[in-house]
Amino acid sequence: MTLGQRRWMPWLYLLPALGLLITFTYVPVGNMLLYSFTSWDGLDVTMEPAGLDNYVRVFTDERYWRVFLVSGYYFAASFVQIAIALYFAVILSFETRFRNLFKGILFFPYLLNGVAVGFVFLYLFQPGGTLDTVLGGIGLGEHTRFWLGDPDVANISLAGTSVWRFTGLSFVLFLGAIQSIPGEVYEAAEIDGAGRWHQFRHIIVPGIRRIISLSFILAISGSLSVFEIPFIMTGGANGTRTFVVQAYETAFQFRQIGLASAMAVVLLIVVLIVTWVQRRLVPDEEVQLT
Amino acid sequence: MKAFAKYLSLVAMSVVVLLPLTVLFFAAFKTHAEYSATGPLTPPSNWLNFDNFATAWSEGRMLLGFWNTTVILAVSLTGTILVGTLAAYAINRFEFPFKRLVLGSFLVAALVPGVTTQVATYQIVKSMGLVNTSGSAIVLFLGTDIISVYIFLQFMQSIPPSLDQAAMIDGASRFTVYRRIVLPLMKPAIATVAIIKGIAIYNEFYIPFLYLRSPDLGVISTALFRFKGPYGAQWETIAACTMIVILPTVVIFLLLQRLIYNGITAGATK
Repeated sequence: MTLGQRRWMPWLYLLPALGLLITFTYVPVGNMLLYSFTSWDGLDVTMEPAGLDNYVRVFTDERYWRVFLVSGYYFAASFVQIAIALYFAVILSFETRFRNLFKGILFFPYLLNGVAVGFVFLYLFQPGGTLDTVLGGIGLGEHTRFWLGDPDVANISLAGTSVWRFTGLSFVLFLGAIQSIPGEVYEAAEIDGAGRWHQFRHIIVPGIRRIISLSFILAISGSLSVFEIPFIMTGGANGTRTFVVQAYETAFQFRQIGLASAMAVVLLIVVLIVTWVQRRLVPDEEVQLT
Repeated sequence: MKAFAKYLSLVAMSVVVLLPLTVLFFAAFKTHAEYSATGPLTPPSNWLNFDNFATAWSEGRMLLGFWNTTVILAVSLTGTILVGTLAAYAINRFEFPFKRLVLGSFLVAALVPGVTTQVATYQIVKSMGLVNTSGSAIVLFLGTDIISVYIFLQFMQSIPPSLDQAAMIDGASRFTVYRRIVLPLMKPAIATVAIIKGIAIYNEFYIPFLYLRSPDLGVISTALFRFKGPYGAQWETIAACTMIVILPTVVIFLLLQRLIYNGITAGATK
């Protein structure tokens, strides 16, 4: 092999991956920045510069900044999700009857098709549907309402659906992390007289700190990029429009590519800042890829 | 007492998970008259009433949906595995300039959520003439995947380079080493990637919805979504169709439970 051959050889292997990476991630990010300063409709040959107009609109027009408030519901819900997942991951890490069955049941929703989940919960929440029947059955009949039609509760219903769908993912991540803590640590703690709660506080939580902080990152970027649940279940009606639903409508229904790009840039910046802050707070010492 | 609370919470959670699915399962077997007359918690009178499934299957063109999904799944998975293992091989086994930059560019890309760039990505896919062809979904599933490169890289580190060197002393070329030694040894990593990526592609909605508008190209998600309009009031048909979409997931999950748990854990934490 000549030296010249050696030099281009690794690039040959990297070419497909790099080509795809640049074409479908880096070029779009660059283009998006460019479009965000224009009033392009996606069809015109020329792009009219628009300065900061699109950004001003995203931050001043209620239709656009309201979607951040909607994200708040999903963000709050992710705390519920993490708490439920952590509780069940801890109890299922120790001796429990039918452990594998419960593990399977808890995790299963995560594998389901998003459209299917949307339909399952549309059915559950419809007037006179499953939820209303169950509430009536246990004597809470007066609490029934238009779960998806009432703007005061619609987002809570949708965020609840999101908790149902994603708790299994957090659960499996926590379970894996807890199981990587060596068993002797618990034994030693038990000899020292530490109860379950102390074991949880002083062994489990520090042992899985990394995965807990990763879950919060996923929760933040996840709650900013919610799309399927509101799109399928309410179509964004009754005040349930999220950032991505709004961006989708702006770009693909109203053909305001410039404005939609500005929204996407704002979203991207928020996600990057959040990730950066998290990396600062919890340094990821385990990244060593080469 | 403590144990009682523990099992009570487990059973309560199981009810919360299973009840929404069970009631839809019930609805799938009810006739239209029966559906209107009975409550959601009432089981169907005839468990062998498959009419709704037949309607859903033919009206929703489910066979076509499964076929399109399978084609996209097969091509994207094969492609992801080849592209990912080749890149991991190059990064792990070669020394070359800008290696850190290349690695960094994969890392940074993992921070960009796919949904944010779709507005701009759409224009690129359009300019390639791929909108309304299965090719659009395939290139996007290939192109947006950085996690699999990580999983391959992590795994590649555990394959001793002395194996490569021994083969090269025997006269094997670099590519032969990749194909005959590295690729077969990567099987566990390939299985992990195939599982997490397979689940993600089967369940993906946004990309097919955006790029595969023509009804002939419908995948399983979009075929199901199309029921929303015309069948809005016929819940028994929608229920049957939803069950058809869920069924393969149940089967795969029961068969591959352990592999799926491990795959998800490996995929999410790397």
